[in-house]
Amino acid sequence: MRHKFPIKDAQSAFVEKVQELSGQEVMKCYQCGKCSGGCPVAEQMDLMPNQVIRYVQIGDTSVLEAKTIWLCASCFTCAVRCPQGIDLAKVMEALRLLSLRKNIDHIDLSKIPKEELEILPQIALVSSFRKMTSA
Amino acid sequence: MKISYYPGCTLKKNALNLETSALAVGKELGIEMVELPRWNCCGTVFTLASDDLMRQAAPIRNLIRVQELGENQVVTLCSMCYNTLKRANLLVKNDNEKLATLNEFMDQEEDYRGDVKVIHLLEILKNDVGFDKIREKVKKPLNGLKVAPYYGCLLTRPKEIGLDDMEEPTILHDLVESLGAEVIDDPLKTECCGAYQTVSNKEVVADRTYNILTSAQSRGAEAIVLSCPLCDFNLDHRQKDVEEKYHDFEKIPVFYFTQLMAIAFGMDENVCGLDLNYVNPLPLLRKKKLIHKKRKRSER
Repeated sequence: MRHKFPIKDAQSAFVEKVQELSGQEVMKCYQCGKCSGGCPVAEQMDLMPNQVIRYVQIGDTSVLEAKTIWLCASCFTCAVRCPQGIDLAKVMEALRLLSLRKNIDHIDLSKIPKEELEILPQIALVSSFRKMTSA
Repeated sequence: MKISYYPGCTLKKNALNLETSALAVGKELGIEMVELPRWNCCGTVFTLASDDLMRQAAPIRNLIRVQELGENQVVTLCSMCYNTLKRANLLVKNDNEKLATLNEFMDQEEDYRGDVKVIHLLEILKNDVGFDKIREKVKKPLNGLKVAPYYGCLLTRPKEIGLDDMEEPTILHDLVESLGAEVIDDPLKTECCGAYQTVSNKEVVADRTYNILTSAQSRGAEAIVLSCPLCDFNLDHRQKDVEEKYHDFEKIPVFYFTQLMAIAFGMDENVCGLDLNYVNPLPLLRKKKLIHKKRKRSER
């Protein structure tokens, strides 16, 4: 008789963490690519949104270095179109938080030019800080 | 009707023209929007992390303000506030444990019971006033003005809080049509403007704005109408950056839906606060004979 024991390695711990933070079952994704097809900022991305999910599925933590997770502005186009009901915006948020919760900011507030601060709407500043800083 | 009104931060500064025009057209239609006392920032974005309950305190605290007044609904004008308040509300309505934790955390406040309804002014216009009544109020029809409605993201997505169809919304189309304008339907009407990327990645927003605006222009649009102050900033003010990057680009005026309503209702144009619009809309409005007064506007 063969016994199987659950073995936790770094990869599966990463997958679990992302699933826990996002509340999404990333393993449900079968790579149809609809998220990437509709993403309005896909052309600026280094990894396509469907690739981000694939990296998470195989536990590849190099996805945390991707520009993509910071370009996603949570517009929810992918989320409402996913045939498997995965909210990819939540997965992106989980990946951002894995960096931010180590106290690593993604923007330098002191680098925002004064002329910009005078014209930027309050909602732009607050949402940017919420998404890009560890505070 | 009288209703509690949650303005949010941007309506008090950059988007003051949205507030003044909305309050004025509301009054004209018999909707008295009464500003909530002691409101606070909603947080602008609904937190997407499952363990981040702390971020729900700000939106829920505003809903407690509504409940304290004995009211059961609150109206917003900003798409981000609408989305954040409505999603936070839905979250605690469906999760008693989270609601209890929040109530315990905010022990200086009365407990939130979860029965306040968050609505957007557009919903009142459609469901309570009705577009036929709006049509009757029009004194200066926007005849011949070709307007492309732009919805952005947060009014219609995600589905559970959206006020219209996610892919093919029509509420702004119907409103503008009832004002007498010619509606230009554009396929990019629900595509993201780049949102807060405008702070740290202007380049992305310039590209988004260029794509969205030139798509509407290629279909004959002479103006854009929208409801969100962040979309407005990106599609209007960032035209400066678009012009620098794309030399074939021609500027196009951007209006809040309430500004077009005030113009069509023949109201004093001061309520529109057109000085806050970046792209000067006066030449277009004069050409369409919608504004008669000779009026100077400081060029930016």
